[in-house]
Amino acid sequence: MITTVRWTVLLLALGFCRGLKHNYIDDYEVVEVEEDWDLVFQPSEHGSLWPLPQKVQISDVSFKLMSSSFRIVDAKQSSAGPSCSLLQDAYRRYYEYMFGSAKRQQLYKSRRTGPTELTELQVWITSPDSECDGYPSVTSVESYELSVDQPFAVLKAPTVWGALHGLETFSQLVYEDEYGTKSINSTQINDFPRFAHRGILLDTSRHFLPVKVILANLETMAMNKINVFHWHIVDDPSFPYLSRTFPQLSRQGAYHPYTHVYTPADVKMVIEWARLRGIRVIPEFDTPGHTQSWGKGQADLLTPCYSGAKPSGTFGPVNPILNTTYDFMKLFFGEISTVFPDAYVHLGGDEVDFTCWKSNPDIQKFMEQQGFGDDYSKLESFYIQKLLEIVTATKKGYMIWQEVFDNGVKLKSDTVVHVWIGGGSNDEMSRVTAAGYTTILSAPWYLDYISYAQDWQKYYKVEPLNFNGTEAQKKLVIGGEACLWGEYVDATNLTPRLWPRASAVAERLWSAKDVTDINDAFNRLSMHRCRMVDRGIPAEPLFSSFCPREYKGI
Amino acid sequence: MLEDLLGSQNLEAVFGPHAVEGVWPLPQAFTSSPERYPVNSQDFYFVYGRQSAAQQGCSVLDTAFKRYFSLIFPDHNSGSPADRLSWTIYLVPFCVPDNLSISAGKASLNAETVWGAVRGLETFSQLVYQDDFGSYFVNKTEIDDFPRFQFRGILLDTSRHFLPVQAILKTLDAMAYSKFNVFHWHIVDDPSFPYQSSTFPDLSSKGAFHPMTHIYTQSDVRRVISYARLWGIRVLPEFDSPGHTTSWGKGQPGLLTPCYKGGTPSGTFGPVNPALPSTYRFMARLFKEVSSVFPDSYVHLGGDEVDFHCWRSNPDVRVFMQKMGFGGDFTKLEAFYIENIVNITSALNKTSIVWQDVFDYHERVSTPQQIWDLQVVKAGLRVILASPWYLDQPGPTHNWARYYTVWPLAFKGSEEQKKLVIGGEVCMWGEYVDATNLTPRLWPRASAVAERLWSDEKQTSSVDKAFPRLQDFRCKLLRRGIQAEPLYVGHCKHEYQGI
Repeated sequence: MITTVRWTVLLLALGFCRGLKHNYIDDYEVVEVEEDWDLVFQPSEHGSLWPLPQKVQISDVSFKLMSSSFRIVDAKQSSAGPSCSLLQDAYRRYYEYMFGSAKRQQLYKSRRTGPTELTELQVWITSPDSECDGYPSVTSVESYELSVDQPFAVLKAPTVWGALHGLETFSQLVYEDEYGTKSINSTQINDFPRFAHRGILLDTSRHFLPVKVILANLETMAMNKINVFHWHIVDDPSFPYLSRTFPQLSRQGAYHPYTHVYTPADVKMVIEWARLRGIRVIPEFDTPGHTQSWGKGQADLLTPCYSGAKPSGTFGPVNPILNTTYDFMKLFFGEISTVFPDAYVHLGGDEVDFTCWKSNPDIQKFMEQQGFGDDYSKLESFYIQKLLEIVTATKKGYMIWQEVFDNGVKLKSDTVVHVWIGGGSNDEMSRVTAAGYTTILSAPWYLDYISYAQDWQKYYKVEPLNFNGTEAQKKLVIGGEACLWGEYVDATNLTPRLWPRASAVAERLWSAKDVTDINDAFNRLSMHRCRMVDRGIPAEPLFSSFCPREYKGI
Repeated sequence: MLEDLLGSQNLEAVFGPHAVEGVWPLPQAFTSSPERYPVNSQDFYFVYGRQSAAQQGCSVLDTAFKRYFSLIFPDHNSGSPADRLSWTIYLVPFCVPDNLSISAGKASLNAETVWGAVRGLETFSQLVYQDDFGSYFVNKTEIDDFPRFQFRGILLDTSRHFLPVQAILKTLDAMAYSKFNVFHWHIVDDPSFPYQSSTFPDLSSKGAFHPMTHIYTQSDVRRVISYARLWGIRVLPEFDSPGHTTSWGKGQPGLLTPCYKGGTPSGTFGPVNPALPSTYRFMARLFKEVSSVFPDSYVHLGGDEVDFHCWRSNPDVRVFMQKMGFGGDFTKLEAFYIENIVNITSALNKTSIVWQDVFDYHERVSTPQQIWDLQVVKAGLRVILASPWYLDQPGPTHNWARYYTVWPLAFKGSEEQKKLVIGGEVCMWGEYVDATNLTPRLWPRASAVAERLWSDEKQTSSVDKAFPRLQDFRCKLLRRGIQAEPLYVGHCKHEYQGI
């Protein structure tokens, strides 16, 4: 309320400025701030759980957790044992989240074990193959069952991927009472994701993101049960990917050949760090547009643009008429298919500008030969078609931005079409799924667009299946992605801009369709944000409030 | 005079090839030549001039020398090449208007006061640059500089979210880099009362978000003030009343007006109760403490957005209105209250600042006003402009240009009236801002405002010319560890290394 009042005053003041003929406010957006301002924090019956599990029963019976005695262990029957370093690593990580660093543990050492103490969480992987040493995939089983009760808590999951989510949930159930004692209530949870693909796109071309920043955000993705890191690794402004086959691409095309590149070791580290948190890494190498930086290190890859009868010295999209282009792509994507273990690679294909192609006489001749007339989208299709064949030969599936589908390129039936144009409910989803393609939605979740006030609510209220289509069509929607494009984002502001706004998307993609209570979401998300802050992540506030332990990383 | 100096010359010609690596905010008069001198950290000293009124032992400059040495040589520990020419640069503060001159073997800085010298050191630190081999250089330069406005402030709100002292100190650093000189500390408000008062400890023990972890102790406040002083920054505290005081009521029963519903108290409270003598006794004691804790000669009394509903509902307040002959005009009641508070602070030898609302209600209160309003100037009060610079609204960073292209004196009025505009202020309200996002939201957008308030308007009217300079300055901020967000696609040689 009070804030609303102040806004009124501000607007009056701005009114004066208008009167004084200054146009600096002409594109001023006084965004839709009025709605839903008065959310007042109250504890939720679901505590701080985020995203909300599918089935939760929390009782009033509580147990104490002592850092000195509490252990997370493998259940005897588990198919994963001490050799599963993925789980051992996760046990330690979650123990530290729950009990903090060694310093704080000292406090509890002297206390005796009481009757209402919970001393153990047993983790039981039920499938014969725990997938401990594998990579998560779109078909991974991520479900888990968690039972917190005496004499010990049990986390049952078919695979390690579900177990990782269950550990996160368990850590979210732990709370601190007024004396600083950690407690957990007797709880039964049965949980699984609504959508299999829950992703975040980060753009490392418009601004370079140090590896440390990527790792910290992978860590935060795991806290939100996000399971795909869509790595938009290269684009027009820079080419930070250091290719073994074509090292000159980053040597010439990165902002700096040493300080602003991802070496093979960096990429490996990111992939392994993500795997240990159940996150897939899908790299995007966008062509034929968005490739200015490629041209610097790979002569003749891009189309020379003409001004009149002469080359103008500038370059357009990838040159689709040269055999050398496809030789290059074969070698390049051959490398990518071995470096990135995920079954999918994102091939981009968005926003191809035809003016340069049109200006080039060789391309005009080629168009004639091929009988394309003046339809340059046919040329684009020609290119993409050949590229898809190349990538198919590397045994990878592919994702593409929606334009490729819109332009009628022939796609393999398992292609994933990435919808980014339009709002939350959009016809494109109907069209893509009617054509039988698997799809993921990003259109309503461009988090690089920011506005005043609580825009997380806007992301939260999106219903991904809110389009005209049959049940079968809706099953083709495998999930969505929040996109944080890099024009205005780098290491300085990425993390607070992403969190907790992306958390809203995370719950929409994980929790049941009917989880839509915005007040309850506000209450849980407020606490979830403070938990992220407590874990060292600078997640920005939702509204005037405080966290018991504020961000200290200044 | 300086305008004469520059005349109609092409500015690019004046700035020379190093304009991009130049100084932010732009100095009033600036000439540099391509002639450059190596600067060696092993052999560089700040020296007080013989005629200088300040000498060794002057805490402000001794500290500034230390601070600026590491700002000028960010990696001096790694050692510079041994075969560099050694060069000693002397900085000589003494009694003439601020100017900085760098020529072979020696640089001198003349300033009337230590505060001018601190600004000059900042300018000098921005002139030193590293070549591709890591060697430091500075070009032959002459600068004559002074601020356009004397009041260049940033408001931080520590009530809606608590800002750890560390976050405030870091902001003070960044303020000095942009030559801001006032930290407007909006220390308390409705949501919380983090200021730990020695006279009324209950205010924070009951009114803070947490009585131990979310408060500013007296020593915290002293630390902020002395840290700011060493940067030449004033600390202007705001204790906003009679509205925005919900958190005060928790630790001071009887202070706020009980609101009524029907004939009975509803259990909620409104603004400070202006009808009780006890209110003024409390305020007198509180402001006595505040005026001794905060050395600045100004104190901000707030006075904005007073909601009259609660006063209107309260029968005692209505009786008081009758008695005072205010009729039904609650703005008169508010004016009565503010006048009393202003009298309290005047008796403590403090000048009061209030938000625009107070002027709008009551013209007799003679205090500098904040926010910009033609009428205010007509009435002969001094004003500080803040309304175009509410930086708590995020937005693509390119809207820095919106803050840059504000012309503070472009209103109809006489020269005399324009002289009453003493400066401006960036406001970072706290609804959506805490330590997690404060710094990138503030910088470098606030730097755009800094140039508007410091530099000559004619020389800095072009956004296109400012853009590369601001980009360069933003990279300097990163190099100094300030988490300033990017203006657009691009990179800095040294990226931010935190998360």
